[in-house]
Amino acid sequence: MRILFSFIAVLALVLIAYAGVKTANLQFLFGVVVPYAAIALFICGFIYRVVKWGSSPVPFCIPTTRGQQKSLPWIAQNKLGNPSNTMEVIGRMFLEVFLFRSLFLNTKTEMTSSNRVVYGSEKFLWLASITFHYTFLIVLLRHTEFFVPTAPFFLDIIKSVDGFFEIGLPRLFLTGAVLLASTAYLFARRLYIPQVRYISLAADYFPLVLIIGIAITGMLMRYVYLTDLVSVKVLALGLLSFKPVIPEGIGPIFYVHLFLVSVLLAYFPLSKLMHMGGVFLSPTLNMANDSRMTRHINPWNYPVHVHTYEEYEDDFREKMIGAGIPVEKEGVVNGK
Amino acid sequence: MKIYNGGKIFIGLLVFAVLAASPFIFNMGKSKTAEKPDIRIDTPEILKLEDKKCVAPREQMRATHMKVLDSWRDAVVRNDDRSPVLVSGRQYDKSLQNGCMKCHSNKEEFCDKCHAYVEVKPTCWECHIEPKEKKS
Ligand code: HEC
Ligand code: HEC
Ligand code: HEC
Ligand code: HEM
Repeated sequence: MRILFSFIAVLALVLIAYAGVKTANLQFLFGVVVPYAAIALFICGFIYRVVKWGSSPVPFCIPTTRGQQKSLPWIAQNKLGNPSNTMEVIGRMFLEVFLFRSLFLNTKTEMTSSNRVVYGSEKFLWLASITFHYTFLIVLLRHTEFFVPTAPFFLDIIKSVDGFFEIGLPRLFLTGAVLLASTAYLFARRLYIPQVRYISLAADYFPLVLIIGIAITGMLMRYVYLTDLVSVKVLALGLLSFKPVIPEGIGPIFYVHLFLVSVLLAYFPLSKLMHMGGVFLSPTLNMANDSRMTRHINPWNYPVHVHTYEEYEDDFREKMIGAGIPVEKEGVVNGK
Repeated sequence: MKIYNGGKIFIGLLVFAVLAASPFIFNMGKSKTAEKPDIRIDTPEILKLEDKKCVAPREQMRATHMKVLDSWRDAVVRNDDRSPVLVSGRQYDKSLQNGCMKCHSNKEEFCDKCHAYVEVKPTCWECHIEPKEKKS
Protein backbone atom coordinates (compact mmCIF):
# COMPACT_ATOMS: atom_id res chain seq x y z
CA MET A 1 0.00 0.00 0.00
CA ARG A 2 2.71 2.45 1.00
CA ILE A 3 4.66 1.49 -2.09
CA LEU A 4 1.65 1.61 -4.35
CA PHE A 5 0.71 4.99 -2.93
CA SER A 6 4.05 6.48 -3.92
CA PHE A 7 3.82 5.07 -7.42
CA ILE A 8 0.30 6.29 -7.92
CA ALA A 9 1.14 9.71 -6.50
CA VAL A 10 4.07 10.23 -8.87
CA LEU A 11 2.13 8.83 -11.80
CA ALA A 12 -0.70 11.23 -11.00
CA LEU A 13 1.76 14.14 -10.95
CA VAL A 14 3.09 13.10 -14.34
CA LEU A 15 -0.41 12.84 -15.76
CA ILE A 16 -1.49 16.16 -14.27
CA ALA A 17 1.39 17.98 -15.92
CA TYR A 18 1.06 16.08 -19.17
CA ALA A 19 -2.69 16.57 -19.47
CA GLY A 20 -2.45 20.16 -18.29
CA VAL A 21 0.00 21.06 -21.03
CA LYS A 22 -1.21 18.78 -23.77
CA THR A 23 -4.94 19.28 -23.55
CA ALA A 24 -5.54 22.39 -21.45
CA ASN A 25 -2.56 24.48 -22.62
CA LEU A 26 -1.58 25.40 -19.08
CA GLN A 27 2.02 26.13 -20.08
CA PHE A 28 2.03 29.31 -18.04
CA LEU A 29 0.85 27.48 -14.93
CA PHE A 30 3.36 24.63 -15.18
CA GLY A 31 6.19 26.67 -16.67
CA VAL A 32 5.99 29.80 -14.53
CA VAL A 33 3.54 29.82 -11.62
CA VAL A 34 4.32 26.40 -10.18
CA PRO A 35 8.14 26.74 -10.42
CA TYR A 36 8.08 30.15 -8.74
CA ALA A 37 5.83 28.89 -5.96
CA ALA A 38 8.04 25.83 -5.52
CA ILE A 39 11.25 27.85 -5.25
CA ALA A 40 9.66 30.21 -2.72
CA LEU A 41 8.39 27.28 -0.65
CA PHE A 42 11.77 25.58 -0.83
CA ILE A 43 13.83 28.54 0.36
CA CYS A 44 11.38 29.83 2.98
CA GLY A 45 10.48 26.36 4.22
CA PHE A 46 14.13 25.40 4.52
CA ILE A 47 14.98 28.49 6.55
CA TYR A 48 11.90 27.98 8.73
CA ARG A 49 12.84 24.40 9.55
CA VAL A 50 16.44 25.28 10.38
CA VAL A 51 15.42 28.20 12.60
CA LYS A 52 12.96 25.94 14.36
CA TRP A 53 15.69 23.40 15.05
CA GLY A 54 17.97 26.19 16.18
CA SER A 55 15.44 27.25 18.76
CA SER A 56 15.22 23.79 20.34
CA PRO A 57 17.37 23.53 23.45
CA VAL A 58 19.82 20.65 23.79
CA PRO A 59 19.53 19.51 27.40
CA PHE A 60 22.48 17.15 27.50
CA CYS A 61 25.85 16.63 25.91
CA ILE A 62 24.87 13.76 23.61
CA PRO A 63 27.40 13.24 20.81
CA THR A 64 27.47 9.73 19.39
CA THR A 65 30.90 8.32 19.91
CA ARG A 66 32.96 5.80 18.08
CA GLY A 67 36.30 4.89 19.58
CA GLN A 68 38.38 6.04 22.52
CA GLN A 69 37.51 9.37 24.04
CA LYS A 70 40.14 11.90 25.09
CA SER A 71 41.67 10.56 28.26
CA LEU A 72 45.11 10.20 29.81
CA PRO A 73 47.98 11.39 27.58
CA TRP A 74 49.27 7.86 26.96
CA ILE A 75 45.92 6.55 25.76
CA ALA A 76 45.44 7.23 22.05
CA GLN A 77 42.30 9.18 21.34
CA ASN A 78 40.16 8.44 18.28
CA LYS A 79 39.95 12.08 17.28
CA LEU A 80 37.54 11.72 14.37
CA GLY A 81 35.32 9.18 16.08
CA ASN A 82 35.23 10.86 19.43
CA PRO A 83 36.03 14.55 18.99
CA SER A 84 36.87 16.63 22.02
CA ASN A 85 37.10 20.10 20.50
CA THR A 86 35.61 22.14 17.69
CA MET A 87 38.31 21.39 15.12
CA GLU A 88 37.82 17.67 15.60
CA VAL A 89 34.04 18.12 15.35
CA ILE A 90 34.55 19.95 12.04
CA GLY A 91 36.79 17.12 10.85
CA ARG A 92 34.21 14.53 11.73
CA MET A 93 31.41 16.60 10.17
CA PHE A 94 33.45 16.92 6.97
CA LEU A 95 33.89 13.16 6.69
CA GLU A 96 30.22 12.63 7.41
CA VAL A 97 28.93 15.19 4.90
CA PHE A 98 31.34 14.51 2.06
CA LEU A 99 32.12 10.82 2.48
CA PHE A 100 29.13 9.48 4.46
CA ARG A 101 31.45 7.96 7.02
CA SER A 102 28.83 6.57 9.37
CA LEU A 103 27.15 4.76 6.49
CA PHE A 104 30.53 3.42 5.43
CA LEU A 105 31.09 1.99 8.88
CA ASN A 106 27.60 0.53 8.94
CA THR A 107 27.37 -3.17 9.76
CA LYS A 108 24.64 -5.70 9.30
CA THR A 109 23.46 -8.30 11.74
CA GLU A 110 22.42 -11.72 10.58
CA MET A 111 21.42 -15.09 12.00
CA THR A 112 23.29 -18.00 10.56
CA SER A 113 21.50 -21.30 9.94
CA SER A 114 22.96 -22.59 13.20
CA ASN A 115 21.29 -19.73 15.10
CA ARG A 116 24.47 -17.79 15.63
CA VAL A 117 24.37 -14.01 15.37
CA VAL A 118 27.05 -12.69 13.07
CA TYR A 119 28.00 -9.14 12.19
CA GLY A 120 29.36 -8.25 8.81
CA SER A 121 30.39 -5.34 6.73
CA GLU A 122 27.64 -3.80 4.62
CA LYS A 123 28.91 -1.40 1.98
CA PHE A 124 26.21 -1.43 -0.68
CA LEU A 125 24.02 1.09 1.08
CA TRP A 126 26.99 3.43 1.34
CA LEU A 127 27.98 2.86 -2.26
CA ALA A 128 24.51 3.45 -3.69
CA SER A 129 23.97 6.37 -1.39
CA ILE A 130 27.17 8.19 -2.19
CA THR A 131 26.91 7.59 -5.93
CA PHE A 132 23.32 8.83 -5.81
CA HIS A 133 24.22 12.05 -4.01
CA TYR A 134 27.25 12.86 -6.11
CA THR A 135 25.63 12.08 -9.44
CA PHE A 136 22.65 14.19 -8.39
CA LEU A 137 25.05 17.04 -7.66
CA ILE A 138 26.83 16.64 -11.00
CA VAL A 139 23.56 16.45 -12.94
CA LEU A 140 22.46 19.62 -11.17
CA LEU A 141 25.74 21.37 -11.93
CA ARG A 142 25.44 20.22 -15.54
CA HIS A 143 22.00 21.82 -15.65
CA THR A 144 23.60 25.24 -15.12
CA GLU A 145 23.81 25.29 -18.92
CA PHE A 146 20.14 26.29 -18.77
CA PHE A 147 20.35 28.55 -15.76
CA VAL A 148 23.12 31.04 -16.43
CA PRO A 149 23.72 33.11 -19.57
CA THR A 150 27.43 32.29 -19.78
CA ALA A 151 28.76 28.93 -18.78
CA PRO A 152 30.53 28.57 -15.46
CA PHE A 153 34.12 27.29 -15.69
CA PHE A 154 33.30 23.76 -14.55
CA LEU A 155 30.65 23.01 -17.18
CA ASP A 156 33.05 22.10 -19.98
CA ILE A 157 35.10 19.83 -17.76
CA ILE A 158 32.06 18.04 -16.37
CA LYS A 159 30.51 17.58 -19.78
CA SER A 160 33.62 16.25 -21.45
CA VAL A 161 34.35 13.79 -18.65
CA ASP A 162 30.70 12.83 -18.29
CA GLY A 163 30.22 12.25 -22.01
CA PHE A 164 33.67 10.75 -22.42
CA PHE A 165 32.53 7.57 -24.14
CA GLU A 166 30.53 9.47 -26.76
CA ILE A 167 27.90 6.78 -26.91
CA GLY A 168 25.17 7.76 -29.35
CA LEU A 169 24.00 11.24 -30.20
CA PRO A 170 23.21 13.22 -28.10
CA ARG A 171 25.99 11.49 -26.32
CA LEU A 172 25.20 9.58 -23.17
CA PHE A 173 26.03 11.31 -19.91
CA LEU A 174 27.15 8.65 -17.50
CA THR A 175 26.03 10.48 -14.36
CA GLY A 176 22.42 10.58 -15.54
CA ALA A 177 22.37 6.82 -16.01
CA VAL A 178 24.18 6.18 -12.73
CA LEU A 179 21.75 8.48 -10.92
CA LEU A 180 18.86 6.39 -12.19
CA ALA A 181 20.60 3.11 -11.37
CA SER A 182 21.52 4.11 -7.82
CA THR A 183 18.07 5.44 -6.96
CA ALA A 184 16.59 2.27 -8.42
CA TYR A 185 18.88 0.24 -6.15
CA LEU A 186 17.98 2.33 -3.10
CA PHE A 187 14.33 1.70 -3.90
CA ALA A 188 14.78 -2.01 -4.54
CA ARG A 189 16.68 -2.33 -1.27
CA ARG A 190 13.63 -1.15 0.65
CA LEU A 191 11.53 -3.84 -1.00
CA TYR A 192 14.07 -6.60 -0.90
CA ILE A 193 15.37 -6.54 2.68
CA PRO A 194 12.49 -7.58 4.96
CA GLN A 195 13.58 -5.57 7.99
CA VAL A 196 14.00 -2.43 5.92
CA ARG A 197 10.71 -3.02 4.20
CA TYR A 198 9.00 -3.33 7.56
CA ILE A 199 10.19 0.08 8.71
CA SER A 200 9.72 1.87 5.38
CA LEU A 201 6.92 4.38 5.14
CA ALA A 202 5.28 6.14 2.24
CA ALA A 203 7.50 9.09 3.19
CA ASP A 204 10.51 6.89 2.38
CA TYR A 205 9.24 5.55 -0.93
CA PHE A 206 7.75 8.75 -2.27
CA PRO A 207 10.94 10.85 -2.53
CA LEU A 208 12.75 7.93 -4.16
CA VAL A 209 10.00 7.36 -6.71
CA LEU A 210 9.83 11.09 -7.34
CA ILE A 211 13.56 11.33 -8.01
CA ILE A 212 13.39 8.23 -10.21
CA GLY A 213 10.57 9.95 -12.08
CA ILE A 214 12.69 13.08 -12.52
CA ALA A 215 15.62 11.07 -13.81
CA ILE A 216 13.44 9.07 -16.20
CA THR A 217 11.68 12.11 -17.64
CA GLY A 218 15.03 13.89 -17.97
CA MET A 219 16.62 11.00 -19.78
CA LEU A 220 13.57 10.52 -21.99
CA MET A 221 13.84 14.17 -22.91
CA ARG A 222 17.50 13.90 -23.71
CA TYR A 223 17.57 10.61 -25.57
CA VAL A 224 14.09 9.79 -26.85
CA TYR A 225 11.57 12.63 -27.06
CA LEU A 226 13.99 15.44 -27.75
CA THR A 227 12.70 18.96 -27.43
CA ASP A 228 14.10 22.26 -28.58
CA LEU A 229 16.61 23.13 -25.88
CA VAL A 230 17.07 26.65 -27.14
CA SER A 231 13.46 27.36 -26.21
CA VAL A 232 13.96 25.60 -22.89
CA LYS A 233 16.84 27.90 -22.10
CA VAL A 234 14.78 30.93 -23.12
CA LEU A 235 12.11 29.80 -20.68
CA ALA A 236 14.58 29.11 -17.87
CA LEU A 237 16.44 32.40 -18.25
CA GLY A 238 13.12 34.24 -18.45
CA LEU A 239 12.09 32.71 -15.14
CA LEU A 240 15.38 33.47 -13.48
CA SER A 241 15.51 37.10 -14.58
CA PHE A 242 11.86 37.62 -13.52
CA LYS A 243 10.70 38.20 -17.08
CA PRO A 244 8.86 34.93 -17.67
CA VAL A 245 8.11 33.94 -21.24
CA ILE A 246 6.62 30.76 -22.67
CA PRO A 247 8.36 30.05 -25.98
CA GLU A 248 6.76 27.89 -28.65
CA GLY A 249 7.89 24.40 -29.42
CA ILE A 250 8.65 22.90 -26.02
CA GLY A 251 7.28 19.39 -25.73
CA PRO A 252 5.04 18.30 -22.84
CA ILE A 253 7.82 16.05 -21.54
CA PHE A 254 9.72 19.14 -20.44
CA TYR A 255 6.77 20.41 -18.42
CA VAL A 256 6.40 17.01 -16.80
CA HIS A 257 10.10 17.08 -15.83
CA LEU A 258 9.83 20.63 -14.52
CA PHE A 259 6.64 19.85 -12.60
CA LEU A 260 8.21 16.86 -10.86
CA VAL A 261 11.22 19.01 -9.96
CA SER A 262 8.88 21.70 -8.61
CA VAL A 263 7.07 19.11 -6.51
CA LEU A 264 10.42 17.89 -5.19
CA LEU A 265 11.44 21.43 -4.22
CA ALA A 266 8.13 22.20 -2.53
CA TYR A 267 8.11 18.83 -0.76
CA PHE A 268 11.69 19.20 0.41
CA PRO A 269 11.15 21.24 3.61
CA LEU A 270 8.23 19.03 4.61
CA SER A 271 10.12 15.81 4.43
CA LYS A 272 13.07 13.73 5.49
CA LEU A 273 15.01 15.35 2.66
CA MET A 274 15.64 18.14 5.17
CA HIS A 275 18.53 16.00 6.42
CA MET A 276 20.51 18.20 4.04
CA GLY A 277 20.27 21.01 6.58
CA GLY A 278 19.54 18.79 9.53
CA VAL A 279 22.87 16.98 9.49
CA PHE A 280 24.57 20.18 10.61
CA LEU A 281 22.09 20.71 13.42
CA SER A 282 22.06 17.23 14.82
CA PRO A 283 23.44 17.34 18.38
CA THR A 284 24.77 13.81 18.15
CA LEU A 285 27.10 14.99 15.40
CA ASN A 286 27.82 18.65 16.05
CA MET A 287 28.81 18.45 19.73
CA ALA A 288 32.24 17.69 21.08
CA ASN A 289 32.45 14.88 23.61
CA ASP A 290 33.95 17.18 26.25
CA SER A 291 31.52 16.70 29.10
CA ARG A 292 34.42 15.84 31.43
CA MET A 293 36.17 19.13 30.63
CA THR A 294 33.38 21.66 30.34
CA ARG A 295 30.02 21.53 32.02
CA HIS A 296 27.10 21.44 29.63
CA ILE A 297 24.49 23.78 31.04
CA ASN A 298 20.99 22.62 30.31
CA PRO A 299 19.21 25.63 28.81
CA TRP A 300 16.06 24.49 30.57
CA ASN A 301 17.71 25.04 33.93
CA TYR A 302 15.96 27.61 36.09
CA PRO A 303 16.70 28.52 39.72
CA VAL A 304 15.20 25.62 41.66
CA HIS A 305 14.13 26.24 45.26
CA VAL A 306 15.95 23.61 47.32
CA HIS A 307 15.18 22.71 50.90
CA THR A 308 18.53 22.15 52.58
CA TYR A 309 19.19 19.92 55.62
CA GLU A 310 19.84 22.99 57.78
CA GLU A 311 16.38 24.33 56.93
CA TYR A 312 14.90 20.90 57.58
CA GLU A 313 16.58 20.71 60.98
CA ASP A 314 15.37 24.22 61.79
CA ASP A 315 11.83 23.09 61.02
CA PHE A 316 11.91 19.90 63.08
CA ARG A 317 14.69 20.42 65.69
CA GLU A 318 12.52 20.20 68.78
CA LYS A 319 10.73 17.11 67.52
CA MET A 320 14.05 15.53 66.64
CA ILE A 321 15.52 16.25 70.04
CA GLY A 322 12.32 14.95 71.59
CA ALA A 323 12.66 11.71 69.65
CA GLY A 324 16.37 11.42 70.53
CA ILE A 325 17.66 12.02 67.03
CA PRO A 326 21.08 13.74 66.97
CA VAL A 327 20.99 17.29 65.64
CA GLU A 328 23.80 19.53 64.42
CA LYS A 329 22.97 22.73 66.24
CA GLU A 330 21.77 21.91 69.69
CA GLY A 331 20.12 24.53 71.87
CA VAL A 332 19.09 26.63 68.95
CA VAL A 333 15.37 27.21 68.73
CA ASN A 334 13.70 28.14 65.44
CA GLY A 335 17.03 28.90 63.78
CA LYS A 336 18.12 31.44 66.41
CA MET B 1 12.03 32.58 20.61
CA LYS B 2 15.66 32.03 21.47
CA ILE B 3 18.03 30.64 18.82
CA TYR B 4 20.92 28.61 20.19
CA ASN B 5 24.23 29.06 18.34
CA GLY B 6 22.52 31.82 16.39
CA GLY B 7 25.72 33.08 14.77
CA LYS B 8 26.67 29.75 13.26
CA ILE B 9 23.13 29.03 12.11
CA PHE B 10 22.92 32.46 10.52
CA ILE B 11 26.12 31.87 8.55
CA GLY B 12 24.88 28.44 7.45
CA LEU B 13 21.54 29.81 6.32
CA LEU B 14 23.26 32.65 4.50
CA VAL B 15 25.37 30.16 2.55
CA PHE B 16 22.24 28.15 1.77
CA ALA B 17 20.26 31.17 0.64
CA VAL B 18 23.04 32.49 -1.59
CA LEU B 19 23.54 29.05 -3.20
CA ALA B 20 19.83 28.49 -3.67
CA ALA B 21 19.35 31.93 -5.17
CA SER B 22 22.57 31.89 -7.20
CA PRO B 23 20.82 31.24 -10.55
CA PHE B 24 18.77 34.38 -9.92
CA ILE B 25 21.85 36.34 -8.86
CA PHE B 26 23.75 35.38 -12.02
CA ASN B 27 20.82 36.54 -14.13
CA MET B 28 20.49 39.91 -12.45
CA GLY B 29 20.52 42.86 -14.79
CA LYS B 30 20.84 40.69 -17.88
CA SER B 31 18.01 41.80 -20.12
CA LYS B 32 19.05 40.31 -23.45
CA THR B 33 19.63 36.77 -22.29
CA ALA B 34 16.15 35.46 -23.01
CA GLU B 35 16.55 36.13 -26.72
CA LYS B 36 17.10 33.24 -29.07
CA PRO B 37 20.30 33.27 -31.07
CA ASP B 38 19.61 34.48 -34.60
CA ILE B 39 20.92 31.83 -36.93
CA ARG B 40 21.28 32.37 -40.63
CA ILE B 41 20.07 30.01 -43.34
CA ASP B 42 20.96 32.21 -46.30
CA THR B 43 23.95 30.31 -47.64
CA PRO B 44 24.51 30.20 -51.42
CA GLU B 45 23.50 26.54 -51.56
CA ILE B 46 20.26 27.13 -49.72
CA LEU B 47 19.46 30.23 -51.78
CA LYS B 48 19.71 28.00 -54.85
CA LEU B 49 16.94 25.73 -53.56
CA GLU B 50 13.50 26.38 -54.94
CA ASP B 51 11.83 24.83 -51.94
CA LYS B 52 13.87 25.91 -48.92
CA LYS B 53 13.68 22.81 -46.83
CA CYS B 54 15.96 20.80 -44.61
CA VAL B 55 16.18 17.02 -44.64
CA ALA B 56 13.26 17.01 -42.21
CA PRO B 57 10.69 19.61 -41.17
CA ARG B 58 12.22 22.59 -39.40
CA GLU B 59 10.65 22.05 -35.96
CA GLN B 60 11.82 18.48 -36.02
CA MET B 61 15.34 19.40 -37.13
CA ARG B 62 15.70 21.94 -34.38
CA ALA B 63 15.24 19.30 -31.70
CA THR B 64 16.46 16.12 -33.35
CA HIS B 65 19.18 17.01 -35.88
CA MET B 66 21.73 14.94 -33.94
CA LYS B 67 19.51 11.89 -34.32
CA VAL B 68 19.62 12.41 -38.09
CA LEU B 69 23.39 12.64 -37.94
CA ASP B 70 23.52 9.53 -35.79
CA SER B 71 21.42 7.51 -38.21
CA TRP B 72 23.45 8.75 -41.17
CA ARG B 73 26.67 7.86 -39.44
CA ASP B 74 25.40 4.39 -38.62
CA ALA B 75 24.18 3.94 -42.17
CA VAL B 76 27.49 4.94 -43.71
CA VAL B 77 30.04 3.61 -41.26
CA ARG B 78 28.33 0.43 -40.19
CA ASN B 79 26.04 -0.53 -43.06
CA ASP B 80 27.99 0.93 -45.98
CA ASP B 81 24.83 2.58 -47.16
CA ARG B 82 25.91 5.75 -48.94
CA SER B 83 22.71 6.18 -50.91
CA PRO B 84 22.03 9.90 -51.23
CA VAL B 85 19.07 11.67 -49.68
CA LEU B 86 16.72 13.74 -51.78
CA VAL B 87 15.89 17.27 -50.68
CA SER B 88 13.57 19.26 -52.96
CA GLY B 89 14.74 17.38 -56.00
CA ARG B 90 18.47 17.59 -55.30
CA GLN B 91 20.69 14.80 -54.09
CA TYR B 92 22.79 15.15 -50.97
CA ASP B 93 25.30 12.75 -49.45
CA LYS B 94 24.51 11.17 -46.11
CA SER B 95 27.43 13.03 -44.70
CA LEU B 96 28.33 15.64 -42.15
CA GLN B 97 30.87 17.47 -44.30
CA ASN B 98 29.29 16.89 -47.69
CA GLY B 99 25.63 16.78 -46.64
CA CYS B 100 24.69 19.07 -43.81
CA MET B 101 27.60 21.40 -44.30
CA LYS B 102 27.05 21.69 -48.02
CA CYS B 103 23.85 23.58 -47.33
CA HIS B 104 24.80 24.95 -43.94
CA SER B 105 28.21 26.11 -45.08
CA ASN B 106 28.07 28.96 -42.56
CA LYS B 107 28.98 26.84 -39.57
CA GLU B 108 29.91 29.77 -37.37
CA GLU B 109 26.69 31.61 -38.07
CA PHE B 110 24.56 28.51 -37.80
CA CYS B 111 25.67 25.46 -35.82
CA ASP B 112 28.12 27.30 -33.58
CA LYS B 113 25.83 30.17 -32.68
CA CYS B 114 23.10 27.86 -31.54
CA HIS B 115 25.45 25.53 -29.72
CA ALA B 116 27.14 28.39 -27.91
CA TYR B 117 23.78 29.48 -26.57
CA VAL B 118 23.09 26.12 -24.93
CA GLU B 119 26.75 25.34 -24.22
CA VAL B 120 27.05 22.19 -26.32
CA LYS B 121 30.37 21.49 -27.96
CA PRO B 122 30.09 18.58 -30.39
CA THR B 123 33.38 16.77 -30.76
CA CYS B 124 32.82 16.01 -34.45
CA TRP B 125 35.20 18.68 -35.70
CA GLU B 126 38.20 17.02 -34.13
CA CYS B 127 38.14 14.69 -37.15
CA HIS B 128 35.67 16.10 -39.63
CA ILE B 129 36.74 19.10 -41.64
CA GLU B 130 34.90 22.33 -41.06
CA PRO B 131 33.64 24.18 -44.10
CA LYS B 132 35.91 27.02 -45.13
CA GLU B 133 34.20 30.28 -44.34
CA LYS B 134 34.92 33.69 -45.68
CA LYS B 135 35.54 35.95 -42.73
CA SER B 136 33.55 39.09 -43.37
C1 HEC C 1 18.42 25.48 -33.27
C2 HEC C 1 19.72 25.43 -32.67
C3 HEC C 1 20.75 24.48 -33.24
C4 HEC C 1 21.32 24.50 -34.50
C5 HEC C 1 21.06 25.49 -35.60
C6 HEC C 1 22.24 23.40 -34.55
N1 HEC C 1 22.21 22.72 -33.35
FE1 HEC C 1 23.21 21.02 -32.95
N2 HEC C 1 22.44 21.00 -31.07
C7 HEC C 1 21.55 21.92 -30.57
C8 HEC C 1 21.24 21.58 -29.21
C9 HEC C 1 20.29 22.36 -28.31
C10 HEC C 1 21.97 20.43 -28.89
C11 HEC C 1 22.01 19.68 -27.55
C12 HEC C 1 21.06 18.55 -27.53
C13 HEC C 1 21.04 17.86 -26.18
O1 HEC C 1 21.96 18.03 -25.41
O2 HEC C 1 20.08 17.13 -25.98
C14 HEC C 1 22.70 20.09 -30.09
C15 HEC C 1 23.52 18.98 -30.19
C16 HEC C 1 24.21 18.63 -31.31
C17 HEC C 1 25.02 17.46 -31.43
C18 HEC C 1 25.24 16.41 -30.35
C19 HEC C 1 26.31 16.88 -29.41
C20 HEC C 1 26.60 15.91 -28.30
O3 HEC C 1 27.77 15.79 -27.98
O4 HEC C 1 25.67 15.32 -27.76
C21 HEC C 1 25.57 17.46 -32.70
C22 HEC C 1 26.51 16.45 -33.30
C23 HEC C 1 25.06 18.64 -33.37
N3 HEC C 1 24.24 19.32 -32.51
C24 HEC C 1 25.38 18.98 -34.66
C25 HEC C 1 24.93 20.13 -35.28
C26 HEC C 1 25.38 20.57 -36.59
C27 HEC C 1 26.38 19.85 -37.43
C28 HEC C 1 24.73 21.73 -36.84
C29 HEC C 1 24.85 22.61 -38.06
C30 HEC C 1 24.56 21.99 -39.32
C31 HEC C 1 23.86 22.01 -35.73
N4 HEC C 1 24.02 21.03 -34.79
C32 HEC C 1 23.00 23.10 -35.65
C33 HEC C 1 21.02 23.01 -31.23
C34 HEC C 1 21.33 23.36 -32.53
C1 HEC D 1 19.25 20.82 -48.77
C2 HEC D 1 20.08 21.62 -47.93
C3 HEC D 1 20.13 21.21 -46.47
C4 HEC D 1 20.72 20.10 -45.97
C5 HEC D 1 21.44 18.99 -46.70
C6 HEC D 1 20.59 20.20 -44.54
N1 HEC D 1 19.87 21.32 -44.22
FE1 HEC D 1 19.38 21.92 -42.40
N2 HEC D 1 18.22 23.39 -43.12
C7 HEC D 1 18.12 23.70 -44.45
C8 HEC D 1 17.12 24.72 -44.63
C9 HEC D 1 16.69 25.34 -45.94
C10 HEC D 1 16.61 25.00 -43.34
C11 HEC D 1 15.47 25.95 -42.97
C12 HEC D 1 14.22 25.08 -42.96
C13 HEC D 1 12.93 25.82 -42.90
O1 HEC D 1 12.92 27.02 -42.81
O2 HEC D 1 11.93 25.11 -42.92
C14 HEC D 1 17.32 24.15 -42.41
C15 HEC D 1 17.10 24.11 -41.04
C16 HEC D 1 17.89 23.40 -40.17
C17 HEC D 1 17.79 23.46 -38.73
C18 HEC D 1 16.79 24.26 -37.94
C19 HEC D 1 17.29 25.66 -37.71
C20 HEC D 1 16.25 26.49 -36.98
O3 HEC D 1 15.47 27.11 -37.65
O4 HEC D 1 16.25 26.48 -35.75
C21 HEC D 1 18.76 22.65 -38.23
C22 HEC D 1 19.08 22.39 -36.75
C23 HEC D 1 19.43 22.03 -39.34
N3 HEC D 1 18.89 22.52 -40.50
C24 HEC D 1 20.46 21.12 -39.24
C25 HEC D 1 20.88 20.34 -40.26
C26 HEC D 1 21.71 19.16 -40.11
C27 HEC D 1 22.30 18.66 -38.79
C28 HEC D 1 21.85 18.62 -41.34
C29 HEC D 1 22.59 17.33 -41.70
C30 HEC D 1 22.01 16.16 -41.07
C31 HEC D 1 21.16 19.48 -42.29
N4 HEC D 1 20.57 20.50 -41.59
C32 HEC D 1 21.10 19.27 -43.65
C33 HEC D 1 18.84 23.13 -45.48
C34 HEC D 1 19.57 21.96 -45.38
C1 HEC E 1 37.64 10.06 -34.13
C2 HEC E 1 37.35 10.83 -35.30
C3 HEC E 1 35.88 11.15 -35.55
C4 HEC E 1 35.03 11.88 -34.74
C5 HEC E 1 35.34 12.54 -33.39
C6 HEC E 1 33.78 11.92 -35.43
N1 HEC E 1 33.85 11.23 -36.61
FE1 HEC E 1 32.34 10.99 -37.94
N2 HEC E 1 33.52 9.85 -39.11
C7 HEC E 1 34.86 9.56 -38.86
C8 HEC E 1 35.35 8.68 -39.90
C9 HEC E 1 36.75 8.13 -39.97
C10 HEC E 1 34.27 8.47 -40.79
C11 HEC E 1 34.26 7.63 -42.04
C12 HEC E 1 34.32 8.50 -43.25
C13 HEC E 1 33.98 7.77 -44.51
O1 HEC E 1 34.09 6.55 -44.56
O2 HEC E 1 33.54 8.46 -45.44
C14 HEC E 1 33.15 9.22 -40.26
C15 HEC E 1 31.91 9.29 -40.87
C16 HEC E 1 30.85 10.03 -40.42
C17 HEC E 1 29.60 10.19 -41.13
C18 HEC E 1 29.21 9.61 -42.49
C19 HEC E 1 30.16 9.98 -43.61
C20 HEC E 1 30.51 11.44 -43.75
O3 HEC E 1 31.24 11.76 -44.70
O4 HEC E 1 30.16 12.27 -42.97
C21 HEC E 1 28.82 11.00 -40.35
C22 HEC E 1 27.40 11.46 -40.66
C23 HEC E 1 29.57 11.33 -39.19
N3 HEC E 1 30.80 10.72 -39.26
C24 HEC E 1 29.10 12.12 -38.17
C25 HEC E 1 29.85 12.47 -37.07
C26 HEC E 1 29.35 13.30 -36.01
C27 HEC E 1 27.96 13.91 -35.95
C28 HEC E 1 30.34 13.45 -35.11
C29 HEC E 1 30.30 14.24 -33.81
C30 HEC E 1 29.37 13.83 -32.83
C31 HEC E 1 31.48 12.69 -35.59
N4 HEC E 1 31.13 12.11 -36.77
C32 HEC E 1 32.67 12.59 -34.93
C33 HEC E 1 35.60 10.00 -37.78
C34 HEC E 1 35.12 10.75 -36.73
C1 HEM F 1 16.20 18.29 -8.98
C2 HEM F 1 16.70 18.77 -10.03
C3 HEM F 1 16.84 18.03 -11.34
C4 HEM F 1 17.27 16.75 -11.59
C5 HEM F 1 17.73 15.71 -10.59
C6 HEM F 1 17.24 16.56 -13.02
C7 HEM F 1 17.63 15.40 -13.66
C8 HEM F 1 17.79 15.27 -15.01
C9 HEM F 1 18.38 14.13 -15.68
C10 HEM F 1 18.92 12.88 -15.00
C11 HEM F 1 18.38 14.38 -17.02
C12 HEM F 1 18.88 13.44 -18.12
C13 HEM F 1 20.08 13.96 -18.83
C14 HEM F 1 21.29 14.08 -18.00
O1 HEM F 1 21.83 13.07 -17.55
O2 HEM F 1 21.71 15.22 -17.79
C15 HEM F 1 17.79 15.68 -17.20
C16 HEM F 1 17.62 16.32 -18.41
C17 HEM F 1 17.03 17.55 -18.58
N1 HEM F 1 16.54 18.39 -17.58
FE1 HEM F 1 16.61 18.04 -15.62
N2 HEM F 1 16.76 17.70 -13.61
C18 HEM F 1 16.52 18.62 -12.63
C19 HEM F 1 16.04 19.91 -12.79
C20 HEM F 1 15.72 20.50 -14.01
C21 HEM F 1 15.19 21.84 -14.16
C22 HEM F 1 14.89 22.82 -13.03
C23 HEM F 1 15.04 22.04 -15.50
C24 HEM F 1 14.52 23.32 -16.12
C25 HEM F 1 15.18 23.99 -17.00
C26 HEM F 1 15.48 20.84 -16.18
C27 HEM F 1 15.50 20.64 -17.55
C28 HEM F 1 16.06 19.54 -18.19
C29 HEM F 1 16.22 19.43 -19.63
C30 HEM F 1 15.82 20.48 -20.67
C31 HEM F 1 16.84 18.18 -19.87
C32 HEM F 1 17.28 17.62 -21.22
C33 HEM F 1 18.76 17.88 -21.25
C34 HEM F 1 19.46 17.52 -22.54
O3 HEM F 1 18.81 17.04 -23.48
O4 HEM F 1 20.69 17.75 -22.56
N3 HEM F 1 15.88 19.91 -15.24
N4 HEM F 1 17.43 16.19 -15.97
